[in-house]
Amino acid sequence: MPIRKVMKANEAAAWAAKLAKPKVIAAFPITPSTLVPEKISEFVADGELDAEFIKVESEHSAISACVGASAAGVRTFTATASQGLALMHEILFIAAGMRLPIVIAVGNRSLSAPINIWNDWQDTISERDTGWLQFYAENNQEALDLILIAYKVAENEKVLLPAMVGFDAFILTHTVEPVEIPDQELVDEFLGEYEPKYAYLDPARPITQGTLAFPAHYMEARYTVWEANENARKVIDEAFAEFEKKFGRKYQKIEEYRTEDAEIIFVTMGSLAGTVKEYVDHLREQGIKVGAAKMTVYRPFPIEEVRALAKKAKVLALLEKNVTFSVGGALFQDFSRALINESEKPKIVDFILGLGGRDVTFKDLDEALAIAQKALNGEAVDEVNWIGLRKEIL
Amino acid sequence: MAVRKPPITTREYWAPGHAACAGCGCATALRLATKAFSEAMEEKYGDPNAFAIAQATGCMEVVSAVFPYTAWKAPWVHVAFENAAAAASGVEAAWKKLGRKGKILAIGGDGGTADIGMQALSGMLERWHNVVYLMYDNEAYMNTGIQRSSSTPYGAWTTTSPPGKYSIGEDKPKKWVALIAAAHQVPYVATASIGNPFDFVKKMKKAAKVDGPAFVQVQCTCPTGWKSPLEKGVEIARLAIETGVWPLFEIENGDIWNIKIQAPGGGAKVKREGGRVVAIEFKKPIEEYLKLQGRFKHLFKQPEAIDVMREQIKAMWRTIGVEVTLPKPEE
Ligand SMILES: Cc1ncc(C[n+]2csc(CCOP(=O)(O)OP(=O)(O)O)c2C)c(N)n1
Ligand code: SF4
Repeated sequence: MPIRKVMKANEAAAWAAKLAKPKVIAAFPITPSTLVPEKISEFVADGELDAEFIKVESEHSAISACVGASAAGVRTFTATASQGLALMHEILFIAAGMRLPIVIAVGNRSLSAPINIWNDWQDTISERDTGWLQFYAENNQEALDLILIAYKVAENEKVLLPAMVGFDAFILTHTVEPVEIPDQELVDEFLGEYEPKYAYLDPARPITQGTLAFPAHYMEARYTVWEANENARKVIDEAFAEFEKKFGRKYQKIEEYRTEDAEIIFVTMGSLAGTVKEYVDHLREQGIKVGAAKMTVYRPFPIEEVRALAKKAKVLALLEKNVTFSVGGALFQDFSRALINESEKPKIVDFILGLGGRDVTFKDLDEALAIAQKALNGEAVDEVNWIGLRKEIL
Repeated sequence: MAVRKPPITTREYWAPGHAACAGCGCATALRLATKAFSEAMEEKYGDPNAFAIAQATGCMEVVSAVFPYTAWKAPWVHVAFENAAAAASGVEAAWKKLGRKGKILAIGGDGGTADIGMQALSGMLERWHNVVYLMYDNEAYMNTGIQRSSSTPYGAWTTTSPPGKYSIGEDKPKKWVALIAAAHQVPYVATASIGNPFDFVKKMKKAAKVDGPAFVQVQCTCPTGWKSPLEKGVEIARLAIETGVWPLFEIENGDIWNIKIQAPGGGAKVKREGGRVVAIEFKKPIEEYLKLQGRFKHLFKQPEAIDVMREQIKAMWRTIGVEVTLPKPEE
């Protein structure tokens, strides 16, 4: 029987790692993720998790050790955030290029300077071009579930790519919620033992990994990462379906909320989706036709789902906790890519908000709504809008 | 008729066909190191192949693993420039969980070890991974075209330490990573040289057989970066030992007070106290070593720079508890 426990997302992530039974974990503390390695240390100390836990001297070594262990053919896990993820950056490309299904839990946190430990998505968004799969959790249950799903997808032979699961700093990492911990046997059935098909650092069948490629081969190697990302779309759907069958919780790449007959749809990720759903309820009571959509999967970017969503609205209002300079938010760029060649498309208005842990309140969302409504009425609006900016201190 | 046993296994792990320059001393070092490792694994575990290699970016990596070819007949992984020690940590942990017997060999150049990889190396040693870290020390970044590293010796020309009107070439004394490694009090640390291959093999075997981390720093010549004759690699390396430039020693269990210094040969007079080397009177001047290498050519126009080098070498020996006398060439 699954048990329910009240816990923080960091603990949920540690539980997910425990259930997935990685053989090697290498991690380094960073706020807000520190509790993940701490909790895992306890599991290992109590013999509840039979893994080698390498207490590395930096995130760079954490991910390097994961690459080494994964190249040796075992399931691996690590957790980090912000500067820690940025320190891993170089090796993230390598993990994807070497097609190693490592899973990282990320407590989404802003990047310095100025130093700030609170939530936005700039850390994982900055790694969107590494080839890693990216999932974003709305709540602590999702943090646990998505880590299990991430392994399932990452280790699929058609994919073999590393995956990161983000959950918002403090809003989730440090906030307790009831979380259902699935049965170990069911998780074992869902994930199975990780048994790589090829010989990995096996003296009986030596292979060379991490080679140099001349121009004659590099592009093809990059293409296989592209292809694996494309393959992941279907594999993710299958994993979601199997997960639902086994554990009863439904996941979708883009989860829609009250989008039927909506004129404006707010699109967001992570914990903000919860706020936005409530906001939609609040507006619907006033008869305003709005809906919400939550991106659970950000890489591979769910192009088809975005196109389907776009057919339902006149305005897509993107709410983003990250900045892509000159562009606006990363979602804005991604949505534009998905819709550019569609014959009919809604207006897309981009909102940057909640950076560095600033609260996103209904008042902020009212500000965004007002702009979205102008766009709906055919009035000219800025494509990119910073919401809740304190102009008086600029 | 009795067949003489070859001095070292005929098994090859670093196969011919790699793309190192002709006369590359580092290629020799890797070939010997893997053979020694294989012998050690055979003696310890009864399986000569019971090892895997994690290697840093650098000359020895790019010349050995050009897709779709490989020079490696052992399981081998390259991750990045600065993280051979960290990647090896992961491999070792995975092997432990897989119940695989054997040892991991991490390989890095002087740049990947003394500079950018120093932190990962320190972490690996301190965490006590069952890994031998082999630093092949060709005394500069060769892969990117001969830039100085912190292991480049004083006075050497490199592309980023060019001699000029206001420059003598590299102006800092060499950083001795073996001593830094020893400060971690690991079971085994040694310096070695391709100028004494038997000693190098012996040390690699010893390193491979200890339980826990070990570190070996081997000086290997690079005719391209040192501007030295292709065929003189071993001779130059031997001169480094015989003139006092390259000390050979072993440190067990981090016991720096009990450092085992080897007699250099080349007519040097060794004074011992209670079995311990306390002084060495070298007979060959360091100029004999320097003059075979284009990287030191400019120093002969400024002999006072060579005197500075002599003082630095003395200071290095003093650090390891030995007073040395270094002769000047006869006028
Ligand atoms: C982070 C990073 N910085 C720089 C480089 C470029 N780079 C590759 S190999 C190398 C020098 C290698 O020098 P060393 O470790 O001494 O080995 P050698 O080439 O001499 O064998 C450099 C600077 C890199 N690959 N990664
Ligand atoms: S540049 Fe030097 S170290 Fe590199 S392959 Fe050539 S000789 Fe060997």
